Amino acid sequence: MSERINSDADSHADSHADDHGHADDHGHVDDHGHVAVDVTTLDAELIEGPSVATADVAEYALWLGDDSLILAQQLGAWISRAPELEEDVALGNVALDLIGHARSLLHYAGTASNRTEDDLAYWRTEPDFRSLHIVEQPNGDFAHTIARQFIVAHYLFELYSRLRASADATLAAIAAKAVKEVDYHRDHSTQWVLRLAHGTDESRRRMITALSDLWPYVDEVFRDNPLIDRLEGIAVRPSTLRSAFDAAIAPVLAEAELEIARGFVASGGGRTGTHSEHLAFLLAEMQVLTRAHPGASW
Amino acid sequence: MTSTITPDTSATVAISVEEQQFNDLIEADSRIEPRDWMPEGYRKSLVRQISQHAHSEIIGMQPESNWITRAPSLKRKAILMAKVQDEAGHGLYLYSAAQTLGATRDDMTDALIAGKARYSSIFNYPTPTWADMGSIGWLVDGAAICNQVPLCRASYGPYGRAMVRICKEESFHQRQGFEILLELMAGTEEQREMAQDSVNRWYWPALMMFGPPDDDSPNSAQSMAWKIKRHSNDDLRQRFVNMLVPQAAVLGVTLPDPDLHFNEVTQQWDLGEIDWTEFHEVLAGRGPNNAQRLQRRRDAHEEGQWVREAAAAYARKQYALTTTLEMAAS
Repeated sequence: MSERINSDADSHADSHADDHGHADDHGHVDDHGHVAVDVTTLDAELIEGPSVATADVAEYALWLGDDSLILAQQLGAWISRAPELEEDVALGNVALDLIGHARSLLHYAGTASNRTEDDLAYWRTEPDFRSLHIVEQPNGDFAHTIARQFIVAHYLFELYSRLRASADATLAAIAAKAVKEVDYHRDHSTQWVLRLAHGTDESRRRMITALSDLWPYVDEVFRDNPLIDRLEGIAVRPSTLRSAFDAAIAPVLAEAELEIARGFVASGGGRTGTHSEHLAFLLAEMQVLTRAHPGASW
Repeated sequence: MTSTITPDTSATVAISVEEQQFNDLIEADSRIEPRDWMPEGYRKSLVRQISQHAHSEIIGMQPESNWITRAPSLKRKAILMAKVQDEAGHGLYLYSAAQTLGATRDDMTDALIAGKARYSSIFNYPTPTWADMGSIGWLVDGAAICNQVPLCRASYGPYGRAMVRICKEESFHQRQGFEILLELMAGTEEQREMAQDSVNRWYWPALMMFGPPDDDSPNSAQSMAWKIKRHSNDDLRQRFVNMLVPQAAVLGVTLPDPDLHFNEVTQQWDLGEIDWTEFHEVLAGRGPNNAQRLQRRRDAHEEGQWVREAAAAYARKQYALTTTLEMAAS
C-alpha cells in the first residue's frame, strides 16, 4: 500500500496540480500559493503513528472521505467539457485536491477494518456510502456546479479550519492540509458566483435557478448525529458550523444580489445510508471496471 | 504581439537588411522572437504547426477523459485527471505561442470547431478499454516525445520554450502509461489480453504520427531549412521503433509487426510496410471517431458560450466601475 502511494507517478500527479497553479478564467495564476495534496507526506504520518482508527473515528472519516470522493467524481466529469480551457484546468485542480482528501480519509477509515482506500471506494454498495446529498447532486449546467461548489467549499473550509484542532492527530493533519486547498475552492466558486450573478441576464437567471435548486440540500450538511456525541473533541459538530457558514456566504450573496430561496428542504439521510437517486448511477459508473475484475491490481 | 507584418520580399532578388538578419539568426541557430522580422511563409508555417499542435492537445483530452470516471483505482483516477489537465495546460501554452504570431484564440477555436483545422489523427481512434490509457501514454505520448524533443530547439523562441515544458510533462506521461501496461501484464489473464489487444490497436497509428514518408511530405523541406523542424519523419519514426523494441520486451507485449527485425548492417530495427491508406482515410475524415471528437468539442464550446459571455460582461462592468471610482477620486 505505502509503496504504491509513494510511487513516482503519484507524487508527480500531486506536484503537477501545483505546477499549474490555479488559473482563473482569465488565465491568471492564483497567487496565494496553492498547496497540492501531498499524499506521500501524509501517508508517512498515517503509517508511523499509532494511527489505527477506532470504529467511531473510522465512521467519521468515512463521512468526510465519501463527501470528497463523490464530489471529485462529479467534477472529474467536467474535464474536457468545461466552458473554457482555463476551467478545465481549474475544475481539474479542485477535483484533484478532493480526490487527495478522499484517499487520505478513506485510507484512515480503512485501518479500522483492514480495508484499503480502493476496497472502500469500489467495493461498498450504495447503502454503505455516507455522502451528503448535496455532493450527490448532478453537475447540471455550469451554474449548478458553481452553486454546489460554493456551498460545499464554504462548509468544508469551516469544517477543516476547526478539525485542525481535533484530538485525533491523523484527522488534524489531514485537515491542516485540506483547509488550504478548500480555501482556494471557496475563492474560485465565489468569483464565479459574482461573475454569473452580474454577468448577463441569462447567466443571472441560471445562477438564481441553480442556487434555488441546490439550497434544499444545505440543511442536511449541518445536522448532528449520535456519532458526533461519541466523538467529542475529535469530530466537529456540524450544527456549530452553521453560523460561520452563513456569515461567510452572506457578503458574497449580498454583493451578487442573490437571495436564498426559502422553499423545499430535503430530508437527506446520507450519513445513515439513505441516498439521493443520483448516487446509484454515479457508483455504477465509478465501480464498473474494478468490479468486473475481482482481486485484480491496477 | 504588436509586431508589424513586413511584406515578404523573398521573391525579389535583392535581400533586405531585415531578411538578411533573419537568415543570419537562423544560420547561427539563434532564436527568432515575436518582434523580429520574419518572412510571411515562416509565420504562416509556424501558426499552422503550433495551432495544430494546440488543437491536438485539446482533442487529445477526450479519449483519455473517457476513463476518468471509470478509472479502476483512486490512485489511477488522480494520475489520469492530472494528465488530462496537463493536456489542457499544454493547449493553453501553445495557443499563447501562436498568439504571439498574430493568430487569435477565437479564430483558432472557430477553425477547429468548423472542422477546418487539423489535429493529430491519432485522437480519432477510440479508447474502448482501460489498457488504452496505458497504450496512449506509452505509444502515443512516446511518439509525441520523439517528435517534440527536437522542437525544443525550434528557431521560434516562444514555441521552443513552450515545448521544453511540454516535453518534461510528456515524459512523465509516457512513464505512467508504461507503468499502467506493466501492471496489467503482471495481472490476470484478462488484464494481459486487454493490454496486448490495446497495443495491437495503437501500434500502427502511433507510427503514423510521424507523418508520411519523407518522399511524400510536402511541408517538411522548408520547415527543416527554417529550423522549425530538425529531423525527417522517417528518421524520427525509426528512432521511436528502436526505443520501443526493448521496452516491449520488458513489458512482455508483442509489437504487431511480423516483419519487424534487427538489421545487422544498419544496427536498426527494420519495420514492415505501413498501411498509408488507413492514415489517409483517417486524415480525410473517415476514421472511427472524427465526427464524435469534433461534436464534443463543439458542444463544450457552445454550451459554455453563456458562461464566457457572462465573464466578459462582468469584467467590462468591473472595469467601468473602477474607472468611474478613479475619476470620482481624482
